Amino acid sequence: MSVAARPQLSHLRALESEAIHVMREVAAELEKPVLLFSGGKDSIVLLRLAEKAFRPAPFPFPLMHVDTGHNFPEVIEFRDRRVAELGERLIVASVQESIDSGRAVEETGPRASRNRLQTVTLLDALAEHGFDAAFGGARRDEERARAKERIFSFRDDFGQWDPKRQRPELWNLYNGRIKQGENVRVFPISNWTELDVWEYIDQEGLEVPSIYFAHEREVFGRDGMLYAWREGVELIDGEQVMSETVRYRTVGDMTCTGGVRSRATTLEEVVSEIAATRITERGETRADDRVTEAAMEDRKKAGYF
Amino acid sequence: MTLDLLRFTTAGSVDDGKSTLIGRLLYDTKQVFEDQLEHVAQASERRGGEGALDLALLTDGLRAEREQGITIDVAYRYFATPKRRFIIADCPGHRQYTRNMVTGASTADVAVILLDARKGVLEQSKRHAFISALLGIPKLVVAVNKMDLVGYSQERFEEVVAEFEGFAPNLREGGRRAGDQYEIIYMPISALNGDNVVERSQAMAWFDDPAHPPTLLELLEQVEVAYDHPYDRPARFPVQWVIRPGGSAAATAAEAINGGSATTANDYRGYAGQLASGALRRGDEVTVLPSGRTTRIAAIDTYDGELEEAMAPMSLTLRLEDELDVSRGETICRPDEAPTVARELEADVCWMAERPLRPGGRYVIKQTTRSATVIVDAIADHVDVDTLERAAPPAELGLNDIGRVRLRTSAPLVFDPYASNRRTGSFILIDEASNETVGAGMIA
Repeated sequence: MSVAARPQLSHLRALESEAIHVMREVAAELEKPVLLFSGGKDSIVLLRLAEKAFRPAPFPFPLMHVDTGHNFPEVIEFRDRRVAELGERLIVASVQESIDSGRAVEETGPRASRNRLQTVTLLDALAEHGFDAAFGGARRDEERARAKERIFSFRDDFGQWDPKRQRPELWNLYNGRIKQGENVRVFPISNWTELDVWEYIDQEGLEVPSIYFAHEREVFGRDGMLYAWREGVELIDGEQVMSETVRYRTVGDMTCTGGVRSRATTLEEVVSEIAATRITERGETRADDRVTEAAMEDRKKAGYF
Repeated sequence: MTLDLLRFTTAGSVDDGKSTLIGRLLYDTKQVFEDQLEHVAQASERRGGEGALDLALLTDGLRAEREQGITIDVAYRYFATPKRRFIIADCPGHRQYTRNMVTGASTADVAVILLDARKGVLEQSKRHAFISALLGIPKLVVAVNKMDLVGYSQERFEEVVAEFEGFAPNLREGGRRAGDQYEIIYMPISALNGDNVVERSQAMAWFDDPAHPPTLLELLEQVEVAYDHPYDRPARFPVQWVIRPGGSAAATAAEAINGGSATTANDYRGYAGQLASGALRRGDEVTVLPSGRTTRIAAIDTYDGELEEAMAPMSLTLRLEDELDVSRGETICRPDEAPTVARELEADVCWMAERPLRPGGRYVIKQTTRSATVIVDAIADHVDVDTLERAAPPAELGLNDIGRVRLRTSAPLVFDPYASNRRTGSFILIDEASNETVGAGMIA
């Protein structure tokens, strides 16, 4: 056989193949997995990978969204439409309900955010449904603590991550053995970068929520970021609401996710913008990671993704 | 043509410039972002640096690592050039983190080892080199760093090379893993100034290795990986998962989604997995092991359509001509190039737990997609990772020890020697009580 006849496997195909392998291992070795779908770009990629791993059968797990109640309406609309297209089941775990039932306490003041409260709702929902594995779209290139996390991230019965007790992860042999009450968080796209995610979305022709593209929005500036203005936000002295053309690089809770000034209105333009950017997505758009040098590490230890 | 994704591992001592090298690769390929640099600048200042960026802070992600100023765990870093995407497994160098080094090396195609040109070959460098050979990494790049501090001296470079060559035969013997493709490549660099990292060094015009590209980055861009020669290797397809839309309660839902008729969806039975090595074509005669039944490949399915041919490391779904009821853990291969099917095996094991491995010990073994119970019959020898010599069998293998063990399994395994197949020749051992991963094994 000649060498020329050999097709080349692009890095996206290699990463895709690895992620499909991970998903099938989880389906085979764990009792009751769930896939966390927020409507964000990374979990959109997870859904396509699940289609590639399990079709023509239905997914061997439901989807779940931890809804802070402060999500972008465009994203919620997209989430429901995508789930309906796939014909899969979506569970919505609500932070509002955790607050109403006294399981979580709402933060107050102008910097109030429900981002931290998500962890309570997530852990409660995992326990309530008896899920022993949860797929997430986290990537190692996002943040320093994540750079050290395993693809199969073991959590104790409090949902805690202990970076010093991580299981060694060798070759493509994953250890998903757990005891009752423990769970694993699984990150099939650990080895992808933000640019890989966008190139994959482009290659696969995947739809994404409209807020990922440049649009006019009422925003206010705070700590060098542009936050979406909505009814009920407390402004700090000197902050003003203005109209800007922005897009979002990450989709999270409206209270802690900033937009970036952008003219990118197509996938192609987004890909070239990401390829040229000099700031990480979390540094540019996430207030939650700016608190301390180890903000993410601390939140993960408490059970965050 | 080559796979445009390369995984490599870096190892080095605390101050031989490994972090600086990674920092330089990331920085020169524009993968370090402004907010990360700002982070590093602030942290360097807090730690009393004198204006110099401490690039180690870029790679050390955990609080304990920053506090102690050492790398504890493997960190994965990503960068790309127009030619290739790279994944770096950045490993700690201390002896007590041997298991982390083994972890990082397990998936690497290239190992980059840094030597300080002033100090030459240290015990730790030998250990790194040995582990990379033991883990079957086919290419070892010995980067003689800090050439700026020895006046870019060709003579000094050649001395260090000679010193390393002096122990290389020992390495090949001790490792015995990397096979015919094994190659050691020497390169004089200065990570600090960038000489021969991304740009060719003006100060070391004397360096000319006709067999290899002149800079580390070009070398990494061009080096071949195992998957580049699928036709040279036997096909191995461990079954991960059986896709049977008709077999599940949700079959009707699946038919609605796929718009297929009830009959097609109900009849569908596909064996899903990732090709571990080699290539398979539609129509190929195949054997399913360990059962030994033989049939032909009816179709190679992917979500994107059927394929005439597939090769490692693709994930795919096989349909077979005969209904054989294959299950997870079985391996599909060609009848004339079948792997070993056995319940007894010998392997080099790197022990990763505080509680030692002892003869008589019982564990769960996971190899390809198969799990079984395993009993340790004997420890045959022990490798001294500092002298690289095989020593008399010890009573036990402690944390970070490496030794040859004889194992017996509750069910037959389907395997190849690790030296010929890293995917089907590797396994992990899991403690039955704690569920921890306690050992990494390479089949002899």
